Amino acid sequence: MTLPLIVYRSLRQHALSTIVTAGGIALACGLLMCVWMVKTQAQAAFTSTTSGFDAVLGARGSKLQLVLNAIFHLEASPGNVAAADFEMIKRHPMIKTAIPLAVGDNLRGFRLVGTAPELFTNVEYAPGKKFTVRAGGKVFAADAKEALAGSFAAQRLGLKVGDTFRPFHGLAFDPKAEHADDFKVTGILEPTNTPVDRVIWIPLRGLQTMSGHDPKAATDVSAVLLQLRTPMAGLQLDMMYNKQGNRLTFAYPVGAIVAELFGKIAWFDQVLALVAYLVALVAAGSVLASIYNSMSARRRDLAILRALGARRRTVFGAVLAEAAAIGALGAAVGFAVYYGLFAGVAAVIRAETGVVLDLAAKHPVLWICPLAMIGLCALGGIVPAWKAYRTPVAETLAPVS
Amino acid sequence: MLAVTDLIKSYPSPEGGRVEIVNVASFRLAAGEQLALRGESGSGKTTFLNLIAGILAADAGTVEIDGTAMTALSEPKRDRLRADKLGYIFQTFNLLQGYTVLENVLLGMSFGPRGADRAHAREMLGRVGLGHRLDHFPNQLSTGQQQRVAVARALANRPKLVLADEPTGNLDRKHSREALALIREVSKEQGAALLLVSHDEEVLGAFENRSDFAALNRARQEVRS
Repeated sequence: MTLPLIVYRSLRQHALSTIVTAGGIALACGLLMCVWMVKTQAQAAFTSTTSGFDAVLGARGSKLQLVLNAIFHLEASPGNVAAADFEMIKRHPMIKTAIPLAVGDNLRGFRLVGTAPELFTNVEYAPGKKFTVRAGGKVFAADAKEALAGSFAAQRLGLKVGDTFRPFHGLAFDPKAEHADDFKVTGILEPTNTPVDRVIWIPLRGLQTMSGHDPKAATDVSAVLLQLRTPMAGLQLDMMYNKQGNRLTFAYPVGAIVAELFGKIAWFDQVLALVAYLVALVAAGSVLASIYNSMSARRRDLAILRALGARRRTVFGAVLAEAAAIGALGAAVGFAVYYGLFAGVAAVIRAETGVVLDLAAKHPVLWICPLAMIGLCALGGIVPAWKAYRTPVAETLAPVS
Repeated sequence: MLAVTDLIKSYPSPEGGRVEIVNVASFRLAAGEQLALRGESGSGKTTFLNLIAGILAADAGTVEIDGTAMTALSEPKRDRLRADKLGYIFQTFNLLQGYTVLENVLLGMSFGPRGADRAHAREMLGRVGLGHRLDHFPNQLSTGQQQRVAVARALANRPKLVLADEPTGNLDRKHSREALALIREVSKEQGAALLLVSHDEEVLGAFENRSDFAALNRARQEVRS
């Protein structure tokens, strides 16, 4: 009872500095966990998001740009793939599925992507998971001016089955660039937690023959999503397109290409880690400063405890426990900070990329960080605890005239 | 109960030598005995009590409490002995301001052999007339009430020896008499020896057994280093 009571009363007595210090630690702890979790989960989510495809074929250019454009619906298309090239890869014996994509239009900032209806009927976007259209809707017909809206895009744009809209030219929304074509929404996709949710899907022909588009490119596609029959096929097609050919780019495997992106920004991880460690050190320093500064106010209390029979190690332990308790309080509130921050960041990432981060995900950093913070705070308590340890009892208790 | 032999304590003086504050050749207090020591301010009587309590380490000499040589013990063992056998009532009460009345008494008990016995702490506070103020903080009490808390805290561990340093110095005459009677009464009830130091003749006059600290203390000569 003794130690918890001493710690509790001391924290109460110095409530303001306790709250301020614990608040700082909560921010530090929450930030640390959030940075780590967002980084880890974003990397895992981006590298595992393949929408069910092994590779992407596109115009000659950067593989990363091709993958970002075709899988994540970010960035501009590096160029077009001629219809003949699409037909050739489609009939290639090593290809299981080839789904064409055409991009270049939007609806109030959300991308319109032209594709084949087979994408939604034949392809598993994740193992064992196929696209599902919400009740009352259906996939567009290949030769109709119809649209199937991703769940997030439909929610944001307020689209429902039966609505009609006119697309806008370009990937960025320009109210003056409206096309004359009317598309009718025939269905809304159930959420997939992939970038597919942010797209409004229309038939390939619908996008290729949109009024105002270049008729000469009316049979071209922007990219082709590919499922391979064997992993060996990837190596052979890589040789064929990337090393021997010079017109097209074969991006394979999709996950590894995205991982390259994270590899290129690994230095940023190190900077983040350094910042995180510094934040943790500052938090521990704040505990040291906070308790140390209050030592002159509590010297008398400590001397009284010693006069009552408390050993030096008891008062040392009490101050150390108090520092650790501030750390624990901060770490506990840090979880609230973490969940708040993470939810905000996850919402932004979802809105911008369609990639969903899991708020309930477990990771060792979620227990290592709070424990390390408590340990650091206890470490920060050593100096004031030593001061408490050395408190001279008789001199401190001498009556002040 | 208490035996002091050749006890010496000195401090460095500003001039470079040492000033002897306490030099007591022999002092004895029997179990259950109540003694008042007369001493002027600055006569070294508080230092004497602090040496007996083990709060200060002596330069030389021995203090024996209930058969145990306090001065021969390591500091942790002195702390333990103090918590086990001593009750100390300070002139300024030295209550812990951030703790309730009950917690003050419980903390005093918690370092002793019986630990924090809540029922006994309540009983002690009831005995000094504060059973209804358990959850109050010291600054919510009158000076007299604070002194009673200090008495309850000092006696809650059933000490063998109670040291009281000018225990009524901060009280008016009425409260002084009440506090003194309470200290003596509760010490007697518990069978504890009481050593009280004061410069107040009225307080001293209440004791049948009293002595002059100046006669006991041979110090006050500067010792050159």
